[in-house]
Amino acid sequence: MHEAAIAYAIVEQVDERPNAAPNEVVRAVHVRIGALSSVVPDALHFAWELAAQGTSLEGAALVVEHVPLTIACSPCGRTRVVDGAPIPVCPICGTPSAEIVGGRELDIVRLEVWDAHPAG
Amino acid sequence: MRIRLVDVQQSVLKKNVTLAERLRERFGRSGTFVVNLLSSPGAGKTTLLEETLRRLAPELRAAALVGDQATDNDARRLARAGVPVKQITTGAECRLDAEMVTEALRGWRDERELDLLAIENVGNLICPAEYDLGEDLRVVLFSVTEGEDKPLKYPLAFHTAHVALVTKLDLAEAVAFDRDRALENIERVHPGIPVVELSARTGDGVDRWLDFLAGARRAKAGPLAGARP
Repeated sequence: MHEAAIAYAIVEQVDERPNAAPNEVVRAVHVRIGALSSVVPDALHFAWELAAQGTSLEGAALVVEHVPLTIACSPCGRTRVVDGAPIPVCPICGTPSAEIVGGRELDIVRLEVWDAHPAG
Repeated sequence: MRIRLVDVQQSVLKKNVTLAERLRERFGRSGTFVVNLLSSPGAGKTTLLEETLRRLAPELRAAALVGDQATDNDARRLARAGVPVKQITTGAECRLDAEMVTEALRGWRDERELDLLAIENVGNLICPAEYDLGEDLRVVLFSVTEGEDKPLKYPLAFHTAHVALVTKLDLAEAVAFDRDRALENIERVHPGIPVVELSARTGDGVDRWLDFLAGARRAKAGPLAGARP
């Protein structure tokens, strides 16, 4: 259900964007999803098709950019990318980190649009 | 066909973020302390909240909102604590959001007449973690019967919480609960988070939780506010 709510929220926000040019058709929506969001990409794509049905986004592609969990490790004095399970622990020195730099994203990044010419 | 790229760069949850900020401002003005309780189904949110509200009701003007996908059993149980309770039936949604809280308050309670609003979220550790409800204190609960690795399975819920409660302490021995490992796992996903271990059934640790809650309320309100006029 998590993915469905997110898919509907994306459709709603893109569908109701204030600055759409007249005759603008959305071909693809690029989103950025962080590892901590627990979003399953397959489930999101499935939900996307349902959510887009009957809207201006029907047929548009959803392009998902996965963002790994990234923490600021203070003992190491640098940021570290955590592969695998998104647990905010430094993969090098093993210190748990309260500071998350990346991986919480649930963002609409950009749209690919084209302009349909009015008939005639 | 010429493709153009349109930059958007906004959160999928933008609407919720805006509404939650609006709620936080309202609660700030009214001096209402708001608690959002997150856990898996069956971790003991309702039992703890019932006990918490029963103990606080004589001193505080408290109310509770309860999110549930279908039944109103929890709301009926909470009403026994002697405070106003409103059920939010979320249907297909696996969490509460700021819009649901805003709607639930409308025509039900004026926040200016509330010192404490407790919000029991839908039993789920994934979806509710993403949704700010304008709360002051996010509480994550997990019971000793759920296994010590719960924090590692749901890191966002534990990472975004202000306090973690280990519940059903009275059952710890029966289920061979590995306390050290559980605390270590909480620490791994959220270093430094305060942890209170308790049993709402025996009352063990409930005072420590109420002390923590009182401290958090004082920290928000300043030393003089919060007392009943």
